[in-house]
Amino acid sequence: MIRVVLPAHLRSLARVDGEVRLEVRGPATQRAVLDALEDLYPVLRGTLRDPLTGRRRALVRFYAVRQDLSHEPPDAPLPEEVATGAEPLLIVGAIAGG
Amino acid sequence: MSGVRVLVGTRKGAFILASDGTRVRWDISGPFFGGWEIYHMTGSPADPNRIYASQSSGWFGQVIQRSDDGGRTWQPVGNQFVYEGTPLPHQWYDGTPHPWEFKRVWHLEPSRDDPDTVYAGVEDASLFRTTDGGETWHELPGLRGHGSSSAWAPGAGGLCLHTVLLDPRDPLRMFVAISAAGVFRTDDGGRTWRPANRGLRSQYLPDPAAEVGHCVHRIVLHPARPSVLFMQKHWDVMRSDDAGESWHEVSGDLPSDFGFPVVVHAHEPDTVYVVPITSDSEHFPPEGKLRVYRSRTGGGEWEALTTGLPQRDCYVNVLRDAMAVDTLEPCGVYVGTTGGQVYASRDAGDTWTPIVRDFPPVLSVEVQTLR
Repeated sequence: MIRVVLPAHLRSLARVDGEVRLEVRGPATQRAVLDALEDLYPVLRGTLRDPLTGRRRALVRFYAVRQDLSHEPPDAPLPEEVATGAEPLLIVGAIAGG
Repeated sequence: MSGVRVLVGTRKGAFILASDGTRVRWDISGPFFGGWEIYHMTGSPADPNRIYASQSSGWFGQVIQRSDDGGRTWQPVGNQFVYEGTPLPHQWYDGTPHPWEFKRVWHLEPSRDDPDTVYAGVEDASLFRTTDGGETWHELPGLRGHGSSSAWAPGAGGLCLHTVLLDPRDPLRMFVAISAAGVFRTDDGGRTWRPANRGLRSQYLPDPAAEVGHCVHRIVLHPARPSVLFMQKHWDVMRSDDAGESWHEVSGDLPSDFGFPVVVHAHEPDTVYVVPITSDSEHFPPEGKLRVYRSRTGGGEWEALTTGLPQRDCYVNVLRDAMAVDTLEPCGVYVGTTGGQVYASRDAGDTWTPIVRDFPPVLSVEVQTLR
């Protein structure tokens, strides 16, 4: 089980409170987690990554265990603490005013 | 009993202002989609309970919301706007080539007859259509496929298709307006398009009378006389009497002919409203006075409408989609400002009252007249 914390705007869009808990098939990677997240909440398609290219949106960041994982390859394994559910994957809207 | 629903899109969410036909007391609901930009929210003429909203964010992209119960509840529908093919790049601000990138939906124009059919004008400029209530969107590629699209360049707000007009008498005829490309018309339901900018002059172009490249801010037609169009251009208020084949200037005695919105009275096709703004860099009213100008002569001669509007120290703007009319008698006129006020007139502009004063900056105002 993998835990994901969504930014407030996306929690309201997906109508979820608190953390999202996901089952991911195969290795726990950014791509696998986002695939599972979008399967569970189709409304999130296109809000985190381009639906065609899969590229992370420019103002979306991925953090976990005090590391910035935003620039990790999408198929790189996530930290063990995230894969085991000990720590959540934090999806964060970049600080950009507004 | 008749009533009015004013649909307000703002920088930080959507609001619905509802009143009965007297238009005196208003119920405010919202914010819907708090924190998101609502570039446009509009109802279906075929089913007033069907409302569509364009919800977007620089962080999280585009969402389209649909309500089937007059705005009480909402459901997100499809948000994939995928361009067809790979035409030549358009121009960037400095004239260099720039690839097409979808950024947001600026304007939604529902069909007059079918609540499931809606056109979407998007940035980078193109036209999309849904026929399944917003679940799927498909580009009408003939517009971007027009040979001129590699010469289109963005205005200050981006390369946006912001206006879609459906001809009520001819289902195959549509007009769109793009900043900064100009007006385009189709006579075959959107398969092919041609520029409709003859008579426009724009000093920021190498050829001021070029076929495309004009920063048209808004066009409008009256449904009873769809071959007459009015335009608020970057500078100049223009009129066409031949469905966009040619344009002539009707700025007349306006204090400034720069502005964004233009609307037509619901029952008088020659009564037109604009909101003059000082200049292309000073996006606030001349002399700090918010004045809606009305022409009862189809342009040329204009009168300032000031009663109830701030006449000192007012430095707001009214954006291109932020003025609308209802179809009651007398005609109601509604204006939303970047200062968060929504003003209403229930006597065709003679007097104005703020419905709200403290919303986030208003991006769009649409009105549904309920009978």
